[in-house]
Amino acid sequence: MLKVVNLKKTFDKGLVTEKEVLKGISLELKEGDFVTVIGSNGAGKSTLLNSIAGTFSLDEGQIFINDKDVTNLKEFQRAKYIGRVFQDPLTGTAADMWIEENLALANRRGNKRGLKPGITNEERKKYFEVLKGFDLSLENRMTTKVGLLSGGQRQALTLLMATLHKPQILLLDEHTAALDPKTATKVLELTNKVVTENHLTTFMVTHNMKDALKYGNRLIMMNGGKIILDVSGKDKEKLEFNDLLKMFDEAGGVVNDNMILS
Amino acid sequence: MSFANLLTRIPGGVAQGIIWGIMSLGVYITFRVLKESDLTVDGSFTTGGAVAVMMITSGINPIISLIVAFIAGILTGICTGLIHTKLKIPAILSGILVQFRLYSVNLHIMGMAANISCNPSKFNVLITMRKIPLTIIISLVIAILLIGILYWYFGTEQGSAIRATGNNNKMALAQGININNMKVIGFGLGNGLVALAGGLMAQFQGFADINMGRGAIVIGLAAIIIGEVISEAIFKKGCSFYIRLSAVILGGIIYYLILVVILWLNIDSSDLKLATAIIVMICLAIPNFKKGGTK
Repeated sequence: MLKVVNLKKTFDKGLVTEKEVLKGISLELKEGDFVTVIGSNGAGKSTLLNSIAGTFSLDEGQIFINDKDVTNLKEFQRAKYIGRVFQDPLTGTAADMWIEENLALANRRGNKRGLKPGITNEERKKYFEVLKGFDLSLENRMTTKVGLLSGGQRQALTLLMATLHKPQILLLDEHTAALDPKTATKVLELTNKVVTENHLTTFMVTHNMKDALKYGNRLIMMNGGKIILDVSGKDKEKLEFNDLLKMFDEAGGVVNDNMILS
Repeated sequence: MSFANLLTRIPGGVAQGIIWGIMSLGVYITFRVLKESDLTVDGSFTTGGAVAVMMITSGINPIISLIVAFIAGILTGICTGLIHTKLKIPAILSGILVQFRLYSVNLHIMGMAANISCNPSKFNVLITMRKIPLTIIISLVIAILLIGILYWYFGTEQGSAIRATGNNNKMALAQGININNMKVIGFGLGNGLVALAGGLMAQFQGFADINMGRGAIVIGLAAIIIGEVISEAIFKKGCSFYIRLSAVILGGIIYYLILVVILWLNIDSSDLKLATAIIVMICLAIPNFKKGGTK
């Protein structure tokens, strides 16, 4: 479903701040894979995610989504295939627009936007139903500006927007890191439900080892711009928190507090 | 400086206010919807006036002249949009660059004359200061039509995409919106309306002048802010889009009436721009000092 080949990216080339963030990453995700990605700060996890999304151009390497080479497609063109939820709850939604308007924008992801109505009554009914299914008590607030919602509600809404029009890849970039622990758990449970119910191919970056173990069928550990661990299926189920910590340590990873705590 | 004298000046002020209000609708698209400061307008307003007057004085129907002025304005906005998105120059500088070059372009349009008159007794014009009541009615009809069209347009898929682009770039990109195209369309549409208003103003005053657009952006901002202060006071927060747009027209009228009063007070006309700038500064500052501050 997703294939990346030998991705290389260096920031600030030629400057003192030069940093080689991706050192030739190759990775393949099968359809329905739910991959959790962990690693310390600067390991390259978000850079890998953003290069899949097309936020910046690569120095080297190729990206295929469903066998289609998307390496040269711009970010907005790749959005046709990709659903995204960002770390900052403010990023994924348009604050000054209504809930239903945000959903309508998401529903048209990948389509040409012409002079047809921005939202129809049938859509409103559909959004009412899906919002109801999300259990956020937002279905009766369709014409509320998204800016008035809480961070957790906005992340949940962004998740709904990312999956409303089934994406080939779902990219989650530490999407619960900015939420309080209780809300974070709720959003993660919701994520898990949506991903498994829709059988979505998912790439979830997290800094929380427990979450990385709990969710998904495959776990990737990154360090210094490389993938240092890739376990899936039964091996991942057997993986214990302490094993993971030990492996991380052996690989020369720098463990910081919030990877273990919380 | 009698009060009766002030009253006689009011209808003319209202007529001009509506025309500046139409121009401010264009500024609203860039300033409030796209959230960019577009300084092209000082040039595109003149472009509209120049195009309309040159066509009217060649005997072309004034409505067709206005449509062509509108299209000319769209082209100026597209220039700004392309300079901003393709050459990666900040929007405010792109606007200044286009405005600057429009000075030459406008002179060319006017056959290298700084001022071209279009005497309403000789040529067929839509509005003129000699027929104020009719002018007010026609301008209001145009304003209402434009508000209707804008209300419809910003409810379409494309209009919603433009709003999303102005609201949150990253979100728009993630939803597959080509934000560069949306910006170019927004700048184009905004300056189209500004040029249309320029065409109306030239007919109203009976001439096009190379400097007629100077300060247009300031007047546009004044109209928008005055309109917002009033509509928020009446409807509180959350008034619908057509009310916001109507408030812009109302803002234009009120701004111009304030100017009429200032002129009536016999303030030296050379101090007019100073007075205008101070009014606008106060209008822009008020929302920042209201209780609770801004978002």
